[in-house]
Amino acid sequence: MTKVTMTVNGKTVSKEVEGRTLLSAMLREQLNLTGTHIGCDTSQCGACVVHVNGEAVKSCTMFAAEADGAEVKTIEGMANADGSLSTIQAAFQEHHGLQCGFCTPGMVMSAAALLKDNPKPSEAEVREYLEGNLCRCTGYHNIVKAIMAASGQDVPAVAAE
Amino acid sequence: MYDFDIERPSRIADAVKLMSDSTDAQPLGGGQTLIPTLKQRLASPERLVSMAGIDEMVGICKDDAGRLCIGGATTHAAVAADGSYPGLSGLAARIGDPAVRNRGTIGGSLANNDPAACYPAAALGSGATIVTNKREIAADDYFRGMFDTALEEGEIITEVKFPIPEVSHYAKFVQPASRFALVGVFVAKFADGVRVAVTGASESGVHRWSAAEEALSRSFSAGSIGSLEAPSADGLITDLHGTGAYRAHLVKVMTGRAVAAAS
Amino acid sequence: MPKDGGIGASSKRREDLRFLTGKGKYTDDINLRDQTYAYFIRSDVAHGTINSIDISAAMKMPGVERVFTASDFEGVGGVPCGWQVTDRHGQPMQEPKHPVLAEGKVRHVGDPIAVVVADSLAEARDAAEQVEIDITELPAVLNMKDALNDGATKVHDDLTSNLCYDWGFVEENRDAVDAAIKGAHHVTTLELKNNRLVANPMEPRVAVADFDSSTDEYTLYTTSQNPHVIRLLMGAFVLGIPEHKLRVVAPDVGGGFGAKIYHYAEEAFCTFAAKQIGRPVKWTSSRSEAFMSDAHGRDHVTKIELALDKDGKFLALRTDTHANMGAYLSTFAPSIPTWLHGTLMAGNYTTPLIYVNVKAVFTNTVPVDAYRGAGRPEATFQLERVVDKAAREMGIDPVELRRKNFITEFPYATPVAVEYDTGDYHATMDKLLELSDHAGFEARAATSKANGKLRGFGIAHYIEACGIAPSNLVGQLGARAGLYESATVRVNATGSISVMTGSHSHGQGHETSFAQVVAEMIGIDESQIDIVHGDTAKTPMGMGTYGSRSIAVGGSAMVRATEKIINKARKIAAHLMEASEADIELKDGQFTVAGTDKSVAWGDVTLAAYVPHNYPLEDIEPGLEETAFYDPANFTYPSGAYGCEVEVDPETGKVTVLGFTAADDFGNIINPMIVEGQVHGGLAQGIGQAMIENCAYDDDGQLLSGSYMDYAMPRADDLPMFTVDHSSVTPCTHNPLGVKGCGEAGAIGSPPALVNAVVDALQRAGHDVTHIDMPLSPDRVWAAMNS
Repeated sequence: MTKVTMTVNGKTVSKEVEGRTLLSAMLREQLNLTGTHIGCDTSQCGACVVHVNGEAVKSCTMFAAEADGAEVKTIEGMANADGSLSTIQAAFQEHHGLQCGFCTPGMVMSAAALLKDNPKPSEAEVREYLEGNLCRCTGYHNIVKAIMAASGQDVPAVAAE
Repeated sequence: MYDFDIERPSRIADAVKLMSDSTDAQPLGGGQTLIPTLKQRLASPERLVSMAGIDEMVGICKDDAGRLCIGGATTHAAVAADGSYPGLSGLAARIGDPAVRNRGTIGGSLANNDPAACYPAAALGSGATIVTNKREIAADDYFRGMFDTALEEGEIITEVKFPIPEVSHYAKFVQPASRFALVGVFVAKFADGVRVAVTGASESGVHRWSAAEEALSRSFSAGSIGSLEAPSADGLITDLHGTGAYRAHLVKVMTGRAVAAAS
Repeated sequence: MPKDGGIGASSKRREDLRFLTGKGKYTDDINLRDQTYAYFIRSDVAHGTINSIDISAAMKMPGVERVFTASDFEGVGGVPCGWQVTDRHGQPMQEPKHPVLAEGKVRHVGDPIAVVVADSLAEARDAAEQVEIDITELPAVLNMKDALNDGATKVHDDLTSNLCYDWGFVEENRDAVDAAIKGAHHVTTLELKNNRLVANPMEPRVAVADFDSSTDEYTLYTTSQNPHVIRLLMGAFVLGIPEHKLRVVAPDVGGGFGAKIYHYAEEAFCTFAAKQIGRPVKWTSSRSEAFMSDAHGRDHVTKIELALDKDGKFLALRTDTHANMGAYLSTFAPSIPTWLHGTLMAGNYTTPLIYVNVKAVFTNTVPVDAYRGAGRPEATFQLERVVDKAAREMGIDPVELRRKNFITEFPYATPVAVEYDTGDYHATMDKLLELSDHAGFEARAATSKANGKLRGFGIAHYIEACGIAPSNLVGQLGARAGLYESATVRVNATGSISVMTGSHSHGQGHETSFAQVVAEMIGIDESQIDIVHGDTAKTPMGMGTYGSRSIAVGGSAMVRATEKIINKARKIAAHLMEASEADIELKDGQFTVAGTDKSVAWGDVTLAAYVPHNYPLEDIEPGLEETAFYDPANFTYPSGAYGCEVEVDPETGKVTVLGFTAADDFGNIINPMIVEGQVHGGLAQGIGQAMIENCAYDDDGQLLSGSYMDYAMPRADDLPMFTVDHSSVTPCTHNPLGVKGCGEAGAIGSPPALVNAVVDALQRAGHDVTHIDMPLSPDRVWAAMNS
């Protein structure tokens, strides 16, 4: 067991972990941040995406020990300071970009990472960026719409149903 | 996963020592392939030595010979963003997905040598030099077949040096599930000839397509590929996603497209 | 003008607030004090005899609480099947035992053999490696037709063969259909496969069970679409636990698509083991485990023949299907290729004679059961493919051939035993052609051609049957359950309302749309209403959510219960206003007396019900809580016209979906935003099936597509923006909301539209390709073009 210390959603936390402890497991089991989900075991589904030092990573494919000293942000840290939904979260609700909600935390985290790097992505860029996030409910239509809307762009005319 | 220790050295020398101290240590790059493997309990290292904290292994620069030198622990995202070797950056931008590219490293990918991975095609297609803590290995000598390389036990890829071609391109046809290359072709035109490296297709891993290289060295145009026979399907992978014959056909198509798009 | 609440409004989903902030409570988020972890040791061979299992070394491993094998389950029932199909000859289907843990034999890769329960999952897995299992491998039964040959290896030694049943429908039509086909002007024949799929809800299955020895009560938290069904099946048939001692909770569930309907061995195991060891037991499926333990879907091999007269009128239809059951009968498996498939074979057409033969076959594969659409996609796919092929053979426009045969008079009794209440198929077809700019297709095709691409357009029309019913009829058809739904409407003293529904939401947004219905009926704000679901301790006995039944059946139960509430409240209001009950009107949450200015607010009436000081106690009881069970008179019949526009890369065979248009008739709509979302999701799954998804076994019964590395899930960049429309409305005539159901339509209508589009593209380019089996992956399309 080794001790790791990191900042999670602005709070400093220290935990004893095994070498094999994944960042996702530490978040879910030791910090009770269960918004980060596990949907596969081959690093494909993206339900576990969090930000480490500002970059989107799959927390199920990173050891907790590797995040020692890092700044980690999870879905629980995405709302505005007053608890209201952030622009991206609000856009997901407004445009029905979620159904069962299981992939949603990873989608929101990926969307945030995309918009940080590319504030006005095209529809194709949004779709391409979401390559590592699987959703089985929405057919992605409304997720793409929500992200386009969160970027302040008019959603494509075709997306108006 | 079986349990193991994780070490996070900050210098190559320390990493080498940590590797040699243990009877069963394995270097940990970005872990994007290794961690899923460990989850399946297909490997049981006693120690993982993380390369991520070794500053001298992270970064991109040019050497005096004009080669692009990429630290072994440099992420795909960093290479994708670099742009000084457009064909290589374009390839890096198509590995995995954004989150994978933020963790996965060039050294990890080349050390693993997955037969459908992208980077081996760039290294072989560029005639790159793989630099380890012990030696420099020419790409032509490095790739030894599926998941097999010239690396010895405990040897760490510290850097990869890429000669920058006049023009290059990587054409990737994705396997629809994994999004690895069903067939990927890297074409690089140098002053002294053309190199064509193929990934995804062969049971022996990444390889060069010499007939295409000869034809393109004579005349660098998609038409030169159009008049070639597709390579033989013998030894090509047949699986759920395509037969050897289909892959052979794709090698030709993707080579033509890489040439057409080369810049 | 969009409404801002109630029926027809695109109310924003209230459940999103917790899902968007990481506060959802899914089963794997539940951890009980002192819980243990179960690790299932599963067969790595498709078929074999278990010679011995030695658990002694594993029992000594650190952290191990206990190791279970089949011998621990003596006296425990098998996992039951909920539907008994009767064959052509009046005999019941063959029904093998499905033990919780394999008894003597393993029958598919993934069949559970033993379970280690330990303090941690890692310890359970470590110990599992010490369990020594000796298996003699047997030949695997995989090909359904070979499986029926004399002398074929049997999946179940105690059955007479691998044939579960040989079903004929309608058996009395058989000879007439044969005769009509024999004498027809034209017969189009098509042999095809409906590819095996894995549902893949993004949340893998989880079970957490607890036993309280002081009360003899069990609690099971599980990822289920229907907790009451699980309680009944597991309690009554497997573990012998009476309902009042068994609570089943399905909290937030991360998608189902059918795969979470069924009662699974892992649920029974955890519940059983929790009592045995006196500690809670938790099992969380890995995705790899899900591929070999979640029920699969589809997997039909079919020959279909359509007879037409010289003008293209359909005369008769005959289909012959082999349906894979897998190694055991999953909960509703036998009903899928029969009652949910044969009854839909008329489609939207007036074909007078239809005969459906289905042979259900046991193989050494994972059990197959309902997956989004369940039988109806299989029916629609073969019908819409054969109609398209017939159109091409006869040189008739595919749209015109369909129109020529559309049913236009309703109600319409089909020759396959169902009666469509309403529909307007020309209207949906018109809408499709308009929205997809069908008229502009040729110009677009020319552009594609100039770019070296092959463009094609494919259409499909579908009929669906939702809310399978009525219970007395489905009982005659073999269902071992009723198919009603329940709701309890509990009005609180100050007027807020809790609605306890037997339906279960795992993405459908019931918490929002159900509240809209009650709000509309009473005329109060949606925020005054909470929907409670997913807990047998809180909700009345209900059958759950599948088959697009929730609004049509569950919603109707809620309407009935709310009507009872309103009736009682009117009595109270009449008393309060000293008026005749007949004169009481309810609007916008106010009770008024007709023709007067007297009024009393909803909240005053509800308060009177609970503080009955001024109250007609001699006539009615205090309180305001009503329950209704609604058993529908018929199925509902949504329908629609779907169009798919593709481009094929002739060099690689890669298909790109450029556009997809869905024009549906769902009857009345409660929440358009949610309905559109349901269609989008269904389309993605149908396009996935048609284009990339494929669950494949090798000849030894090894699962080739056992993870996302080989099972292709549709991703954002595989799909276009969809055009969906639900403006064609023919309300259902037999439920109080006039609703039909929308959950599965997208997955039903889209596969044939896509395949028709690709065939169209290839034929336009001169390729003699009449069919390609799904998925239309690049290698298959390329092979078809080059064969």
